[in-house]
Amino acid sequence: MIFIVSFLVIVMLISAIAASIFKDLMNAVIASCLVSLIAAILFYLLQAPDVAMAEAAIGAALVTAVFVIAISRTKRYEE
Amino acid sequence: MRKIISLILIGVVAIGIALAVVNIPFGTPKTKVGNYYINKGREETGAANIVTSVVVNYRGFDTLGEVTVLFIAAVGLSAVLVTRKKKIERKIEPSSLVLNTGCRFLFPLILFFGAYIFIHGHLTPGGGFQGGAIIASAFLLIYLGCRGRRISETRTRAAESLSGLVFVVVGLIGLAIGGHYFLSNFLPKGILFYLFSAGIIPIIYIAIGFKVGSELAGIIDRLMEESE
Repeated sequence: MIFIVSFLVIVMLISAIAASIFKDLMNAVIASCLVSLIAAILFYLLQAPDVAMAEAAIGAALVTAVFVIAISRTKRYEE
Repeated sequence: MRKIISLILIGVVAIGIALAVVNIPFGTPKTKVGNYYINKGREETGAANIVTSVVVNYRGFDTLGEVTVLFIAAVGLSAVLVTRKKKIERKIEPSSLVLNTGCRFLFPLILFFGAYIFIHGHLTPGGGFQGGAIIASAFLLIYLGCRGRRISETRTRAAESLSGLVFVVVGLIGLAIGGHYFLSNFLPKGILFYLFSAGIIPIIYIAIGFKVGSELAGIIDRLMEESE
């Protein structure tokens, strides 16, 4: 159990750092989506299913969609 | 130079947060109200899910505030984005048959799942906000998969306003006949773990589900309309 949780936390940290340093903004959005998804799994493992559902539906799905729409209207690459 | 300064600032902030947090004993209850909710929540509200009993019953007025914040955000977004000058009539390339049929097959299932979550909010995990977000993601699937289909803006506005009205009216009825405070539980509590139990909590959560779902679907609709 502790191994699963620590693996998830390490992946979450790596993807959070990656989201801040990617120059391609689409990759950064997918990395931040991964952060939300792992946060939802961790909330579920911490026995908070209500928060996990909200995080999975809003953080992983809707926010990612809004970011992707915003990027498709503006520039994709950061200078 | 800028990077060094920002690194130093990040270090100062991190040390400050660590010094502030290190003395807090995590896991030990600091207040008595949490234990009160856990021990008395079920018999006082009739809801099997204690989170729902806190969100809708004990802290119902805060929930009204949260819904209002979301409403203001949606109104502000549409005020910024929607320009009435010209509707760009561009030829939309239709999606492929497999994608179109698959999305139209999945759409009612996701809608039913969202409705299940907010109708059973007082029994199982989840509630109005989660169910509404799932319904909005069903509309997102339709927008992405079946190009050119739109939900009508007047209908989302009507659903949003009606559900907000239901929330406030139920609260005012509670204030008038139920007790001494806004959103007091004036309906019979029923038997624990039954669908028709917990008084006004299912009504409020259904209203919140419709409101959040129509607001988020409206936000996605306005964004997609601008992006084409």
